[in-house]
Amino acid sequence: FCSSTWLKNAIQTVTLIPGDGIGPEISSAVMKIFEAAQAPIKWEKRNVTAIQGPGGKWMIPPDAKESMDRNKIGLKGPLNTPIAAGHPSMNLLLRKTFDLYANVRPCVSIEGYKTPYTDVNLVTIRENTEGEYSGIEHVIVDGVVQSIKLITEQASQRIAEYAFEYARNNQRASVTAVHKANIMRMSDGLFLRKCREAAEKHKDVKFTEMYLDTVCLNMVQDPTQFDVLVMPNLYGDILSDLCAGLIGGLGVTPSGNIGTNGVAIFESVHGTAPDIAGKDMANPTALLLSAVMMLRHMGLHGHAKKIEAACFDTIREKKVVTKDLGGNSKCSEFTDAICQRVKDMD
Amino acid sequence: MCEMSILQPPPAKYGGRHTVTLIPGDGIGPELLNHVREVFRFSCVPVDFEVVHVNSAVETEDDISNAITAIRRNGVALKGNIETKHTMPPSVKSRNSVLRTSLDLYANVMHCQSLPGVQTRHKNIDIMIIRENTEGEYSSLEHESVSGVVESLKIITRNNSLRIADYAFRLAREKGRRRVTAVHKANIMKLADGLFLQCCREVASGYPDITFDSMIVDNTTMQLVSKPQQFDVMVMPNLYGNVVSNVCAGLVGGPGLVPGANYGRDYAVFETATRNTGKSIANKNIANPTAVLLASCMMLDHLKLYDYASLIRNAVLTTMNETRLHTADIGGQGTTSEVVQSVMRIIQIKIFN
Repeated sequence: FCSSTWLKNAIQTVTLIPGDGIGPEISSAVMKIFEAAQAPIKWEKRNVTAIQGPGGKWMIPPDAKESMDRNKIGLKGPLNTPIAAGHPSMNLLLRKTFDLYANVRPCVSIEGYKTPYTDVNLVTIRENTEGEYSGIEHVIVDGVVQSIKLITEQASQRIAEYAFEYARNNQRASVTAVHKANIMRMSDGLFLRKCREAAEKHKDVKFTEMYLDTVCLNMVQDPTQFDVLVMPNLYGDILSDLCAGLIGGLGVTPSGNIGTNGVAIFESVHGTAPDIAGKDMANPTALLLSAVMMLRHMGLHGHAKKIEAACFDTIREKKVVTKDLGGNSKCSEFTDAICQRVKDMD
Repeated sequence: MCEMSILQPPPAKYGGRHTVTLIPGDGIGPELLNHVREVFRFSCVPVDFEVVHVNSAVETEDDISNAITAIRRNGVALKGNIETKHTMPPSVKSRNSVLRTSLDLYANVMHCQSLPGVQTRHKNIDIMIIRENTEGEYSSLEHESVSGVVESLKIITRNNSLRIADYAFRLAREKGRRRVTAVHKANIMKLADGLFLQCCREVASGYPDITFDSMIVDNTTMQLVSKPQQFDVMVMPNLYGNVVSNVCAGLVGGPGLVPGANYGRDYAVFETATRNTGKSIANKNIANPTAVLLASCMMLDHLKLYDYASLIRNAVLTTMNETRLHTADIGGQGTTSEVVQSVMRIIQIKIFN
């Protein structure tokens, strides 16, 4: 009885949140490709449109929460946030519900999708619960506003340790802490200290520190010098989008959110694209690569590699690609091309 | 390239010569500023430098106070970056920051232009960045209310937001620029960045000839690395200004190329745009003197010594674009002194013609 065979054949259930706009069609594309690859994944579809619970508090539907708590792993498409007064951002709601403290974005140049930058291969790990996005703002006197950035020892330690664990588990050589401790002496100073402590516990991974501005300056000149970057919320927001821009934008960038209790939700970070929804024009690459990230997280490296290679090969060949990738094929045609490649690999 | 400032430069006393405060700073600052003095002496520029050293290794504020007093006296300064040592207790603030806030140098101005002689991924970039320089995230107001929980305050005021927006629009108009983009994160920081954005809109309404739009900071960085040519003039609060100016400097060729200016109501301080100390390349004769030399030209323009400014600036740009004598940071093999020699040679030819 070979345990690895058992693991390989065991079907795992994953919560799938198709989302809004182009969400459903790109989710279907991903499901189709996974089927072609014979990935041992069973999808459990759920809707997360927020509802108001007792006391008027906004929450995600109980069946969605129950599904995620049980399955632990989720894949999510883009979500709309209704402009109803008092309605919180959907992403914020998910983040709070599952304490998704780490946002992880691997940015790898896609051969065949040309940008001015080649050979980008880095990962941004962003603290996702506190920092500048605490939402604590006050009007001190008329015309003077104060916005509070919160940095706690606990959250900083958590994200720092996650970054080093990630580096170790994914064979990454170094972790760089991004900060502005020359200006924000106490807050970023605390963050930096926690990173240094985590570095001490992971001596096999190289640790460096760099100012946010120096990172930005160097990133646009030579992104190959960077490996894993860990940082507080705002810097992470800016840098992760900057890095996405280097490889071609949000339409091709995967993203994963890690929470406590083993919960992880992988998602595409682009918008719902209402103008092309339902027209079979969407590009499922971002969601597909996020799903590949999910497979790797689950230890299914073989399937991950196969699907990723099929996707990249199809893009590189440029024969059947969607409009945003420089072609004029439909989403379904692009999906079928990838499915065919996956099947041919076996 | 005549930079606008709202203030009048101090009049030249003592036989038509100006006195300018010079703060060498740390890292590559001292050597590069020495080269500036060398070039000024060679070109007979009527400027005398009053050198004030600021020791970043001591905790007391005496040095920086002296520097500030000197700048108040002279009205104008040229500076290198002063290092902020992390080993110091958090109560020791960044000296550069103290200088900016004490002198109320509220506008940091940077003009990022693609240089024909420099190899970069993007071409035809011409962006003016106006960054609020005194408040926002750089207010240095932090406290540890509970052990393990630190709060850092970002302050946005109506006065300073209106002031910087006004500066941006006036500069845009004077330079004949068509569009001003405000960079913010008001979807998350609704009150703080919301106030900033609102102030920009108010000022914009007084300039109907200039197009005003806004962009969220993360999207801005994404746009900058893919299509930087879409931007004209950009105005933003302090921290985003830090990010955007460094991205733009990187896009046009790096920290060694772009000069920066800090303007207040009464004082002006010139330095490199990205304010790097460059400790690792200090005293090796490899640092790029372009940014500092161009900053000194901006200073000369400010003192209304336009001819000297043009003379030196043209020499620097000719060395960069025609002679193509480049230092290592832009892919060349020239030393700092070789570049400076070339600049002086070109000046010599110009003067004797």
